[in-house]
Amino acid sequence: MKTRVKEPLLPGWFTLDEQAPHLIGTRCAACGTYYFPKETRYCRNPDCESTRLEEILLSRTGKLWSYTNAAYAPPRPFVAAEPFRPFAIAAVELEKEKMIVLGPVADGVGVEALRVGMAMALTLEPLADGKLTWKWRPA
Amino acid sequence: MNREIAILGVGLHPWGKWGKNFVEYGLKAARDALADAGVDWRSVPFVSGAATMRCGYPGYVAGATFAQALGWQGAEVNTSYAACASGAQALAAARAKILSGACEVALVVGADTTPKGFLAPQPGERPDDPDWVRFRIGLTNPTYFALYARRRMALYGDTPEDFAAVKIKNAAHGAENPNARYRRRFTREEVAASPMVADPLRLLDVCATSDGGAALVVSSLAYARKIGKTNAPRIVAISTVTPTFPNALVEMPDLATDSAAAREAQRFRAALPQKAYEEAGIGPEDVDVAEVYDLSTALELDWIEDLQLCARGAAATLTREGATRIGGRIPVNPSGGLACFGEAVPAQALAQVCELVWQLRGQAGARQVQNAKVGITANQGLFGHGSSVIVKR
Repeated sequence: MKTRVKEPLLPGWFTLDEQAPHLIGTRCAACGTYYFPKETRYCRNPDCESTRLEEILLSRTGKLWSYTNAAYAPPRPFVAAEPFRPFAIAAVELEKEKMIVLGPVADGVGVEALRVGMAMALTLEPLADGKLTWKWRPA
Repeated sequence: MNREIAILGVGLHPWGKWGKNFVEYGLKAARDALADAGVDWRSVPFVSGAATMRCGYPGYVAGATFAQALGWQGAEVNTSYAACASGAQALAAARAKILSGACEVALVVGADTTPKGFLAPQPGERPDDPDWVRFRIGLTNPTYFALYARRRMALYGDTPEDFAAVKIKNAAHGAENPNARYRRRFTREEVAASPMVADPLRLLDVCATSDGGAALVVSSLAYARKIGKTNAPRIVAISTVTPTFPNALVEMPDLATDSAAAREAQRFRAALPQKAYEEAGIGPEDVDVAEVYDLSTALELDWIEDLQLCARGAAATLTREGATRIGGRIPVNPSGGLACFGEAVPAQALAQVCELVWQLRGQAGARQVQNAKVGITANQGLFGHGSSVIVKR
């Protein structure tokens, strides 16, 4: 069990429940459109003028839509580990929300362990500078 | 009402990593375009510039910057910013001015000086900006290209060899282009041996960032006739539509797609040429040559399908058959494309149109597409920007 309190990279973007974290989004109360990151001001559906957007937890599992990796260290503001270790990146399709959400893949899971269509789940892990972020891992 | 305008002259500053101020590139391209058109700078009443965000204030007011470099002569100026479609938006502003009757001839210019390596976001701690957040968690531009490429592999059975075939084809085209930055031919083995950047895309699958400049002199058809350029290639469509909600694809710099919970998902890339075809009153079967935004090799295959030059999923086969080579049924990127140019953002959409002009005039030399009469461009950038221009003779 991890006991140390970690600082989230983006406060309010995900729950801090390390066992079963969720991304925090919003949902339009009028038309049902979901948003991540949170849209709090107006619904972007052109047929909807609602400004009532309710905070919701997004599904924490989905299907792998596509994946890749970062074989070179991304530029700042990314903070790379020394030495840099390539990491995988996932695009995960959430069924209920009908949207695709990107994120890094958990440490130690490379592209060779991924297949389009496989089940994925949300997890929390620190980046190289210790800030906690959402990541995807095979479910 | 006739909505066409004539292209009287075109000019490029060769693409490269020259390390000079962007104004020099734009000035060279503008002077070449004016000379090509046979139009005196003093007689140009409207200058439309494509902005660059990386070169300070002069870049934000590019129209005025280029006009000053050519020498203030009292012209009206405009500057357009639309990410990778900036050049096309600047061109659309010139067309609107001409078609409204407010001026007869206009100069359109875009140029850029780019830093080395990955394009990075503006500095600072800005969690409200998706472009900052995606870099913060490590998502570069090639990440997005690679996600699309992998999706093609899963949906259509495309292979890394199919992607390499695009590079080999474009490199062969660009080898014949004096304005291209990379003029070397590549083999399948060389592409496969280049370093992995974003699996499945290797260094030779991903386009570089370059310095460059492009310019066009455009006019009303009446003005073209008046100066004896009755047969000048004409712009018959400029599409710069936004996506329609909800966009099906996760686009740079977003972290997620729109949700399709309330409305059916829409394809943005396909909408860009669709609007252009409708505006021109032609269809994909009428196209002889295409210049598309091959930010990656795999993305060229997506564009070929979005332009409806073949069925969805068939672009790799089309490429394998040689149909997209010069001499094939529908040559794509005879200039060599971004594979050979690298991206000089505000100049790139204009450079695509310049290539079509040379092709339609029969002036493309060793990379000439025989008897090309209709050409189309397609490009897309950040924040819902993109363009498609159709040129006809």
